[in-house]
Parts: sequence; structure tokens; C-alpha cells
Amino acid sequence: MKEDFKKRTVISPEGKPIEIDPLKDYFSDAKPKVYKPGNPVIEKFANWARANSLWVLGFGTGCGAIEMRPLMTPRFDAYRYGIQWRPTPRQASVFVVSGYLSVKTLKRVVRTYEQMQNPKFVIALGSCTINGGMYWDSYNTINRLDQYMPVDVYIAGCMPRPESLLAGFEKLKTIIKEGRGEGANTYAEKFDWYKANQKKIIKDWDMPDYNW
Amino acid sequence: MNDIKTQFDITEIIEQRKNLSFITIAKEHAISLITYLRDYKGFSHLVLLTAVDWLEDNKFQLTYLLNNPDIKTDIGVRVKISRDDATMQTAHQLWEQVATYQRELKEMFGIDFPGSPDVDKPFILEGWEDKPPYRRDFDTKQYSEDTYFPRPGRESNDPAEYMKKKLYPDEK
Repeated sequence: MKEDFKKRTVISPEGKPIEIDPLKDYFSDAKPKVYKPGNPVIEKFANWARANSLWVLGFGTGCGAIEMRPLMTPRFDAYRYGIQWRPTPRQASVFVVSGYLSVKTLKRVVRTYEQMQNPKFVIALGSCTINGGMYWDSYNTINRLDQYMPVDVYIAGCMPRPESLLAGFEKLKTIIKEGRGEGANTYAEKFDWYKANQKKIIKDWDMPDYNW
Repeated sequence: MNDIKTQFDITEIIEQRKNLSFITIAKEHAISLITYLRDYKGFSHLVLLTAVDWLEDNKFQLTYLLNNPDIKTDIGVRVKISRDDATMQTAHQLWEQVATYQRELKEMFGIDFPGSPDVDKPFILEGWEDKPPYRRDFDTKQYSEDTYFPRPGRESNDPAEYMKKKLYPDEK
């Protein structure tokens, strides 16, 4: 475990020594909950609204991060489809995992995904997230993203062009409108299975089980 | 070059180009040769420190590539160390950045440099427990298959064979 996460005594601003256990005091260890859809009419309206304002987290993992820049600038202009980029997971609803994930990056991706608010959707970009792509036999990159978090849309290619990304966003919109974008609930239902898979490969697990 | 030959017990000198040569030297004398080159011969810049795994000879070969900016010449100092006892003297007192190279070699090849700052801290990999991954007897494909849930149904083709079959199906 890292130094930062160990129990320690610090002097508070009032001058009193207080004991801090970072894993307990800085994070909540409550498990995620399943949220059942309410009134179907309201839910349908809410889904329509969600589908038309997608807030993408600006998090680039691999080479696919390059494809997001032309997408958000005037050449391909994703903003006209109601897609915007946000700098923080707290404000985002779509997580575009752009390309290969090393174990080290996966740890950050899991943390980021858990910090996002419900309902949240995941688009996995490129062959690397589907079956490992050209890094399929590497000692340090994962092969399948759907073992670690629920994925709504896969976009195949190495790398997919911005046009296919736009098609993927359109696909995600139909999925959300049909009420099938239940990734956050799937994650809560199969939480133990996802955690077991994540912990199998992330050896130095120095964070709480669920960090939101 | 001649006074190096007289002063040090050198195994081999390869002059690859006019401005690049490689000196092979025993493990014990390597650091003193590098210090000599740096202090008296103007090889003040360390380009890189890297390792090669000679699995068949059961040796690691370390290469300290030095550069003399005045006469624009490179010298590589090669040291062969045993794979079973992969330990080398540290050189971080000569250049501070050597410590970073040594941390990487410790993690990726498992070559130890006692006394080098932070050499035991993880460098790139976090929480690696297996054999150092750059060693040639580490089977990266096997490790990936055991660890990362390979997707069933994936096929791989040898590109040359595949294209030959596709483009020239009649040829043998």
C-alpha cells in the first residue's frame, strides 16, 4: 500500500492531533445500488432527453484519443448532435474508452467510471477494447473491456475514423431511447463479478472497492 | 584509443564507424573505464544505458553509450554479466539520470544495482509479481492468455502466408 493511504496522525488547524484513515475518511465504501425505472411515461421522456444531451468525458487512454479532437472541432463537429465534452467525470454521462488499456490505465478508468453519475454509458473504441487488437499478446494490456465494466457500444476498427464514432454515438442514442442503456444497473447487479475480475489483474489495489 | 588499451583490461574493441566504437570490458573494470572516459576523454554525455538478454549464453549485456560533444564521437561500453546473479555496480554518481535507467532495468530485466536511489520502487508497472517481462524466457503470450480473459474465436494469420494465399492461390 502507498504511503498516502496509510493511517496517520496529523495536526488539525486548531492544533489538535487527529487520526486519519484515508481509505475510510476520504472515500465512501457503500456499494452501488440498482435504480429501478419509475413511471414508464416519464422514463421514456427522460431517456429521450438523455439521448439528446450526451456529455462525454474527455479521457484519452490510447491512440483513439487522437480521433476525438477532429470530432470536437469544426471538421466533424459532434456538437451539432448534442454531444459535448466535459473535463470531469462528475459532469459526464458517456465514457469513451479510446483504445488499448494497460493495467495501470485500467485502474484509473475503473475509478473514473465509478465516479460518474448515473445513468452512465460506455463506448469502447477500437479493436483493442474488443479482443486486444494488435496488443492481444502483450503482458500489460487487457484483452476485453467488458470483463471489467459494462459496455454499451463497441466501435470496431484500428483506429475507427471520426465518422464511425459519430455512427456509434447515433447507435448509443437509439439504445438509450429504447431504454436499454442500463450499464450502471448492470454494474451494480454484477458488482462482485466485476470487482473480482478487476482485482485479478490490478495487483496493487490501493483504493476502496467502490469510489464515487 | 591506444591509451585505453594500455590502461584497461579490455576484451574487445569494435570500430563500427569512424565516430562509433564499442568496447567490451569485464564487469569489475567497467565503471572505472566509464569514469575515465568521462573525466579525461571528454565523453561527458550519457546517451543511454540499456540491456540485451543473451538467453543462450546465459548473459545480460549492458551497454553504456557515451558521447563526446566536442569531437562528435560515440563510445559504447559493453559489459556482460551473468543472468543468474544479475547484479552490477551503480553508476548514478557519474550522471544522476543513470538512476532512472537503472530503475527501469531493475523492473524490466531484474538486474539489480545496489545503492542506486529508489531502485526498488516500481517504475512503470504497478504491482508486478511475475518474472521481469523483458527477460526472454518470460512468455508474454502465455501470460496474456492466462491473465487477460482472451476473447474466444479470435484467429491470427501470418501476414505473409495469408496474403500469398489470397493473391496467388495457384502458386505453391
